[in-house]
Amino acid sequence: MSNILKKILNGIWTSNPVLILLLGFCPTLAVSTTLNNAIGMAFAATFVLVSSNIVISTIRNFVPNKMRIPVFIIVIATFVILVDLVMYGYFPKLHKSLGVFIPLIVVNCIVFGRAEAYASKNKVFDSFLDGLGMGLGFLLIISVLAAIREIIGNGTLWGIKLFGDSYTPAIVAILPPGAFLTVGLMIGGMNFINIKNNEKARIKQKLEKEKVKI
Amino acid sequence: MLKLLIITIDSMLISNIILIKFLGICAYIGVSKKQETAAGMGFAVIFVMVMATIISYLLKIYILNPLKLEYLQTIVFIFVIAALVQIVEITMKKIAPALFDALGIYLPLITTNCTILGVALLNIQKNYNFIETLIFSLSTGIGYFIAIYLFAGIREKLDWADVPQPFKGSAIGIITAGLMSLAFFGFSGLVKM
Repeated sequence: MSNILKKILNGIWTSNPVLILLLGFCPTLAVSTTLNNAIGMAFAATFVLVSSNIVISTIRNFVPNKMRIPVFIIVIATFVILVDLVMYGYFPKLHKSLGVFIPLIVVNCIVFGRAEAYASKNKVFDSFLDGLGMGLGFLLIISVLAAIREIIGNGTLWGIKLFGDSYTPAIVAILPPGAFLTVGLMIGGMNFINIKNNEKARIKQKLEKEKVKI
Repeated sequence: MLKLLIITIDSMLISNIILIKFLGICAYIGVSKKQETAAGMGFAVIFVMVMATIISYLLKIYILNPLKLEYLQTIVFIFVIAALVQIVEITMKKIAPALFDALGIYLPLITTNCTILGVALLNIQKNYNFIETLIFSLSTGIGYFIAIYLFAGIREKLDWADVPQPFKGSAIGIITAGLMSLAFFGFSGLVKM
């Protein structure tokens, strides 16, 4: 049980696809103008990630090594077309505001990277967990980013007004530059936390060593 | 004629593919540590982008549309791009081996670079004709080149700067890109669309 949790947490925090592995920036930056768009995008990407991970890990023993990349692309593209058509049919508004970024999930480095680095070498269930964890990590980051940008740049969250009329939204947060600045600060913050944690762990180790000596 | 000029300025500066449209950020951050490699990557992208956009445009108009196979366009385009990247790789290995080594992993990565597929798809979405397609892909490629080359120049200088520990590396790079994006945003008054 703890093993399962650990694998999922790996995607969410320890090797978060966006902030630590620095993958999948394009949709993260482009779609995070409102929380609504961001969550739609994250669910689409997670679906593709999980299902392509499962399929690729199932067929990993039959696919010749040299042919693997085209095969991966076909598998991923199939699921992306599926998502594209379903979204077009049932959520036309969301589909329109995500635009070209839905078909672009095909070349999303997170999906491709996990297929190559994890699903092609591991068991089906592990790959499923890995895909789920990475998807949730992506969901977490893109929602936090979108929430920050929406609150600062528009004064709303999920379309609900948060402040009184006297608040003038800083539009720059919604505009492209705001995305870069916010993500940069988030990566810096993540590094800061990790550095602090490492230092704490080191001090703890030192103290324990000294205890043993005494 | 005026329309072509507007397309050129718009795709090169106003809606710059990296800084305003957010396509191809991974490679943008990854290959921009040195101006030389950035220039190589820029040229590779321009070449692949023009070829890929034109070929995918022709495929779409003359094969997919008559056969009513539009839903396959994503898969077809990605294969066109993958094949093209292979050709560029082989050619570059023969002609410029030093550049080939410098670009390293990022050349095959053009395949999964969203700029190329993105431009091919956007081009279809915008309903451009052949000449406009050519101009659009070329000027978008040049816009990519401008953005990555300038960024690499700034990053070379950044090595000497005293950056706080947590922001070293990619974090400060992305913030720099944000400031550049702010500068490029100033172009938006150039053309009234």
